[in-house]
Amino acid sequence: MDEHRIRVLIAKPGLDGHDRGAKVVAYALRDAGMEVIYTGLRQNVEHIAEVALQEDVDAIGMSILSGAHLPLTRRLTAALGERAGEVAILVGGTITAQEIPAMLEAGASAVFPTGTALTEVVAGVRAAVEKKRAQMSRGRG
Amino acid sequence: MANLSETGISRESPITTNGGDTHDSERRWRERVAKLKVTPAKTSSGIELDPLYTQNNRHGELGTPGEYPFTRGVQPTMYRGRLWTMRQYSGFGTASETNQRYQWLLAQGQTGISVALDLPTQLGMDSDDPMAIDDVGRVGVAIDTLADMEELFAGIPVGQVSASFTINSTASILLAMYLAVAEKQGVPAEKIAGTIQNDILKEYVSRGTWLFPPAPALRLIVDTIEHCVTHAPRFNAISIAGAHFRDAGATAVQELAFTLADAITYVQACIDRGLNLDQFGRLLSFYFYTHNDLFEEVAKYRAGRRLWARIMKDRFGAIDANSQMFRFGVVCGGSTLTAQQPFNNVVRVAYQLLASVLGGVQSVFTAAWDEPFAIPTEQSAELALRTQQVLAYETNVPSVVDPLGGSFFVEALTDKVEAEVRAIIDRIETMGGMVPAIEKGLIQREIAQEAYRHQMRIESGEQIVVGVNKFARTEPEREQLQLYQADPQIGERQRQKLAEVRSRRDDAKVKQTLARVAEAARGSENMMPSISEAVKAYASIGEICAVLREHFGTYLEPVAL
Repeated sequence: MDEHRIRVLIAKPGLDGHDRGAKVVAYALRDAGMEVIYTGLRQNVEHIAEVALQEDVDAIGMSILSGAHLPLTRRLTAALGERAGEVAILVGGTITAQEIPAMLEAGASAVFPTGTALTEVVAGVRAAVEKKRAQMSRGRG
Repeated sequence: MANLSETGISRESPITTNGGDTHDSERRWRERVAKLKVTPAKTSSGIELDPLYTQNNRHGELGTPGEYPFTRGVQPTMYRGRLWTMRQYSGFGTASETNQRYQWLLAQGQTGISVALDLPTQLGMDSDDPMAIDDVGRVGVAIDTLADMEELFAGIPVGQVSASFTINSTASILLAMYLAVAEKQGVPAEKIAGTIQNDILKEYVSRGTWLFPPAPALRLIVDTIEHCVTHAPRFNAISIAGAHFRDAGATAVQELAFTLADAITYVQACIDRGLNLDQFGRLLSFYFYTHNDLFEEVAKYRAGRRLWARIMKDRFGAIDANSQMFRFGVVCGGSTLTAQQPFNNVVRVAYQLLASVLGGVQSVFTAAWDEPFAIPTEQSAELALRTQQVLAYETNVPSVVDPLGGSFFVEALTDKVEAEVRAIIDRIETMGGMVPAIEKGLIQREIAQEAYRHQMRIESGEQIVVGVNKFARTEPEREQLQLYQADPQIGERQRQKLAEVRSRRDDAKVKQTLARVAEAARGSENMMPSISEAVKAYASIGEICAVLREHFGTYLEPVAL
């Protein structure tokens, strides 16, 4: 497996300004040895996709508490276009278990509903990134 | 951190007839306890706790309720005179849906209205703004024009029910709309009671609905305060909120300290404008989160009253008792609620409510158990309201003022919280006050780091959360949750409504009033008259804010981890 350091863009899409979760996750990923970039508030998903590709990140972690997670995930997947296969999309926030299949369908690699332990988030990000990298190297091979 | 028992105000011991006996018995107790293994304990803010407090713990000034420094309460008889206001934060979809929920809540015995607005409204965007598409009517009700506000209060007598609005950047516009509705209902502005949150500083730090940079944002706040002083003297023009610091991760001590530091900034801004301290002082109110550490929360509110009275009297020179009173509302729930075993949240909220009432609160919002997932259903909202009614009418708790006053422990803790809050306020002053500290991202970082430490304590098991890291279920959650489902058609319906309003209003009048708003923004006059004219011409919130943004600019967030 590629050993290079995992780079993650933590993003707050839409209008919701509650960024406690985003920041706590950012600290946890950083303490787990990942490189973390934080967008700040109120980013539109097209801009998030652009930054993600520019910064060559392995994963985008979106934190959404407004209830708009499904449309925002769909739009981020669309904004990444053909490069959606290179970047893992992870979404955290007020998401119920019933909504997870639809979220995965919309392009999320993993979903972390409110209450998920940080250890689980860290492991989930790592697993999603490794999966993407494996798929890409198979694609190239 | 210092031990509480050592931090009491040093004074001679009171002379009591059995003074010698109590000292002897306390000494015997300490000797016995020294040989025992005693689990250390701290409050949620990290204040170390003794297992016992005695009459040898001194305490600060208490006074009587309704008198400076108000440690024991802001009114002489507290809840014997009037119960706290039960005010459930509520709003979703369009104005007509939310109006129905308000009518229903009032029929259930709610005593005030608390308006939850959607994010586009809070950010000065119309519902047809491309940035707003996904957020219309989601976390609150969508208000684009006065027509929505009229519908929101249709059939609700605004002269009799007080309304509180969680609105900040666009508070001046919402206030203008509400006063216009009152006028249409035939109620004079001086009879209108209610609150606009109108506290921008904490938005920069932790809630994120900022729009303009601090200087014009503060100007708008002082404008609304000045307007209320003159036209709506029963309306609380600002509710200085610590709640959002707290829910972003601040401790109880930080929450109170940052809030009072913000309040000092607002008072100074009003004084700088030339407003009379004793006229605007009584329009200031506060808003906090009550979390689970019961006695620390009680101590926080008691210390808050004493601190604020001293700040207003000693620092600013307020003479009228009404301007020295720390009147506050609370919310119970928020980040203490868990998605795991969610019915446990009902119990958490009930304890938080008890702490708030023991702390002398003026209005309470008890969150529903399903808040970690969605906005409440009618059933969960009803249970949240009943939680307050059971405490109010069945427990006898409201019958005696400040029932914990004189408790050795609570008095010592009140003093300790007061001392720690004072130290933080002093530190912020050395940074040049709240505005520079926020612009440098210092407060934001302190809170985020505290949030991270808190989460780590939960994950290490040091901090127990029932149902999460202890007594957790190994099998899947068994509750069949009936959650609120947002209507996917809401955005479309609201956009149609806005289009209708735009088609039937007088465009020339809108243009003319917006030009007046621009003129006022360029100068230094109070913004409220021109905003009120624009609102009455059915200019939309997005149109008014576009004008303001052009003259005021947009805040640049210091993005720092």
